[in-house]
Amino acid sequence: MNSSKSNSLTFQQLILKLQAFYAERGAVIQQPYDVEVGAGTMAPETFLRVLGPNPYKVAYVQPSRRPADGRYGENPNRLFKHLQLQVILKPPPENVQELYLESLGAIGIDLRQHDVKFEEDNWEAPTLGAWGIGWQVMLDGLEVTQFTYFQQCGGVDLDPISVELTYGLERLCAFLQDMDSIYDIVWARDPETGREVKYAEVRLADEQQFSVYNFEAADVKSAWKHFELCEAECKSLIDGYAVLARDKSEGDGIAPEKSRFPLLGAYDLCLKCSHYFNILDARGAISVTERVGVIARVRALAVSIAKAWMDQQYSTEKKTQDHDQAAAPGAKEKKGKLTPVG
Amino acid sequence: MPDFLLEIGCEEIPARMIDAAARELREHLQTLLQRERLGPAGAIMNLDTPRRLAVLASGVPASQLDLTEQVSGPSAQIAYKDGQPTPAAHAFAKKVGVDVAKLEKVSTPKGEYLAATVTRKGRAAAEILAETLPKEISTLYWPKNMYWRKRGEVFVRPVRWLVAMLDEQVVPLELFGIAAQKTSRGHRIMSSGAVAISKPGVYVEALRGAKVLGAAEREQVIRKALDAATRTIPGARWREDKPLVATVVNLTEFPSVILGSFDPEFLDLPEEVLVTVMRDHQKYFAIEDANGKLLPHFLAVLNTAADSDGLIRHGNERVLRARFNDARFFWQTDQKQTLRQRVDWLRNVTFQKDLGSYYEKTLRVQHMASWLSERVKQSGIAVRPGIVHKAALLAKTDLTTELVKEFTELQGIVGGLYARVQPLDEGIKPDVQLEISKAIYDHYKPESMEDAAPAKVEGAVLSIADKADSIAGMFALGLIPSGSKDPFALRRQANGIVKTISEHNLPLRLSEIMSDARLRYRGSEAEKKFSNAAYAESVRSFFRERLEFYLKEARGYAYDVVNAVLAVDSDDVVDAVARAEAVSKVRGSADFESISSAFKRMKNILRQACEKTKVIAMRVDLASLQEDSEKELAGLIPQTAATVEKLRPARDYEGALLEIAKLRPAIDKFFDEVMVMVDDNNLRANRLALLQTVVKEFSTIADFSEIVTEGKESTK
Repeated sequence: MNSSKSNSLTFQQLILKLQAFYAERGAVIQQPYDVEVGAGTMAPETFLRVLGPNPYKVAYVQPSRRPADGRYGENPNRLFKHLQLQVILKPPPENVQELYLESLGAIGIDLRQHDVKFEEDNWEAPTLGAWGIGWQVMLDGLEVTQFTYFQQCGGVDLDPISVELTYGLERLCAFLQDMDSIYDIVWARDPETGREVKYAEVRLADEQQFSVYNFEAADVKSAWKHFELCEAECKSLIDGYAVLARDKSEGDGIAPEKSRFPLLGAYDLCLKCSHYFNILDARGAISVTERVGVIARVRALAVSIAKAWMDQQYSTEKKTQDHDQAAAPGAKEKKGKLTPVG
Repeated sequence: MPDFLLEIGCEEIPARMIDAAARELREHLQTLLQRERLGPAGAIMNLDTPRRLAVLASGVPASQLDLTEQVSGPSAQIAYKDGQPTPAAHAFAKKVGVDVAKLEKVSTPKGEYLAATVTRKGRAAAEILAETLPKEISTLYWPKNMYWRKRGEVFVRPVRWLVAMLDEQVVPLELFGIAAQKTSRGHRIMSSGAVAISKPGVYVEALRGAKVLGAAEREQVIRKALDAATRTIPGARWREDKPLVATVVNLTEFPSVILGSFDPEFLDLPEEVLVTVMRDHQKYFAIEDANGKLLPHFLAVLNTAADSDGLIRHGNERVLRARFNDARFFWQTDQKQTLRQRVDWLRNVTFQKDLGSYYEKTLRVQHMASWLSERVKQSGIAVRPGIVHKAALLAKTDLTTELVKEFTELQGIVGGLYARVQPLDEGIKPDVQLEISKAIYDHYKPESMEDAAPAKVEGAVLSIADKADSIAGMFALGLIPSGSKDPFALRRQANGIVKTISEHNLPLRLSEIMSDARLRYRGSEAEKKFSNAAYAESVRSFFRERLEFYLKEARGYAYDVVNAVLAVDSDDVVDAVARAEAVSKVRGSADFESISSAFKRMKNILRQACEKTKVIAMRVDLASLQEDSEKELAGLIPQTAATVEKLRPARDYEGALLEIAKLRPAIDKFFDEVMVMVDDNNLRANRLALLQTVVKEFSTIADFSEIVTEGKESTK
């Protein structure tokens, strides 16, 4: 874009515009999840919300940490931690592609002046037992969004499916501002003084120090210990829920006991495991033979939690569903415990 | 007669799947129309874009013709008693809807039967199409599909609209919850959306108006535009790349081309890297000068009319700059560790979960490649085992480089490039280093039947050892390709081995290579997981198929020639090619045709003799032969066999076959004059022995009975 920087969106304006766009279309605007994740998909607002029958629309910015992608702040296009705008539309509206293209219009991209292509790109996250079918959306040769129809999550076939839109915010912003380096992106501009705060000012130290930490300093022994502690606690929670669900019959006051069981706590522990795995991987501390096994361990946790979550949130409802629906069409929305997930 | 139009409107179909699906849809429609007696008078054409598969059939009858046919019923004996129709006759009459009085009698070899002439009213085409098309559409094959409405209801991507019309009439088709209409959609951005189709005949033009072109026209537009853009640079030409053209044709509905540039400084990076970034990651065409040297320009194919203010070009240039910067960054980072230092890192790169790391693979391949190069050397082929040894050690180290992690398709190539520029060993001669780098560079080759084998014999030997090691490990684990399942591309790798052996004329037997490859796993952790007890046999039949494929598809030999040649031996690739070549040359001659027929006859007689458990003498007893013609034939065998054996070491198979063909008069005379299956046990046993000797002695080049002779089918 030959626009001068002063009239293209700043980084934070870009975020605000996209959030406003989805808020106007009925989405919940969530805040970033505050446990380390490698992608917006892993936040419970995606991983758990796509399970089960309840419709849901949500958008949130998610800082995504990938320790092995760090480049000490030296590479203009690579980051250890980047920001994604994650959108989940469940179920996907029929015009979901058009809706997505409109969102580009909302951030000032006039599609009649650009080249847009939807190129096949299917997504899979083995550690989450999740996969989907979709595209990378190419704008003038740049991949700006991952567009995925989720098919399975936590090993569970989804019904209904969700669409996941993941905007790479730094990349998109660099495109809008016509910058060759992410670090030169204007994050904020003071409307009074015109003073600009660059991406580097906000985040460079972060990239430098975490690259050092992840590649050089992180203590391998402690990381393993953290991993194992989190895994053990997560497993014991999963087992605890299984006992509860299996051994007690309905009518024992089981429903409240089940519904307050901290599966969300278990999921946080699973995310921690995934993050420690990433650190260990970046440190080169995971050998060939271990690697596949460790991924399988994290996956086992995620899959168990997804199954338990389905049981906890939806199994008791099935019995009341017919009644609910008879009582009020659209009761689906308020049905379920609607445990706050974030 | 009306025209029929079907358009399946879809979210973007993956480019790689469109052509096959379009072809299949056309075939499905063709079959359906024929099966339903709606065979179109005209042609069926299709129009496909990323967002639609459409088929147009001209001259589809509005309804089926009425069909009159005779239906047969119970036998007359049962149907009539004392001239009166029985309940069986009534039941039949009811079933076919004909008055009992109008039933007829027909005589058949089994006796007289009841019959009825029934006229079935032709059904309306629209009704049939609406009923049958959903199944034809939902059974299209997709390499990967999805559901979006109900589980189990799948297609490649969500279907968003349907057009189905017979002339002006909508065919009331419903699929995926969508009812067919007379409204299509145009280009996403360049049209206003809905496109009314008044009748099938205007479909193509209506879409053109909405900025949607058919595939053939898109290709034409793209090629012309690529030429035109390139002409603006004197002396330049764009690099032809058919797969890339096919891809961009199927990524666009209304294509145009822009010419972009990049900083000439990037030309310091290896051309392989630049071209891979442009082609594989950005789908750009590279431009070269008259000498084939890369120029700092690229061509991008857009899915829109034009780029009037240069915004799109600017964006694409920016993306490419970032990609090239990344590549340069990776290249420089990679130089901090030499390939030699990276060998140890391979311990952390998984080859296959049960087969261990690439470090272990490296050691196995290195031993095997060294052994192979000694074997090749002994046969008099000039090969430098030292180069093979060193190249094998470093061949996989580029898997640890940033560049290969980013551009996996450059594996091997990057290793070769680094081996050329890095210090490898103290005091290594430049020419040795160059040869090592070439062997590494080439060792994944050939990646397809069209791809060249490694240029040098050192690379060839390394390539064979690397592939054989993979195949051996997988087969030993029982991971044998079957049907469309070949996740490790073992067929392609085996094809590569066959092609490389053939093109370098290597004196290596497949079984020998594969048993050595298996031995290299001895005592390893991986071996504990091996489960395939029939390793040798499964490898043998696998490679026989690969060799058969190579001879037929890559070398173009006729299938019967290939069968004849492989029936004798399928282990020595070079020998099999030589025999196939010789048989192909002589097969047309009258003598050889006759010999082939005679061999078939001989084999039949011998087979029948075996079936009837007739005794065949251990050897021909010359003294007890009676007729002149059989004596003559018996007398010719030793001298012809001796001549054939003399020609064999030089692989003069054509000469040998001509020699065998000379037996024709003797064999013809034998069959004219001699009866083999006589009652005299001794005589018969002796004559059978004579036939067996002929078959055995002269089937060492090819099994002639496999050759299809005029008017006769092969025995198999």
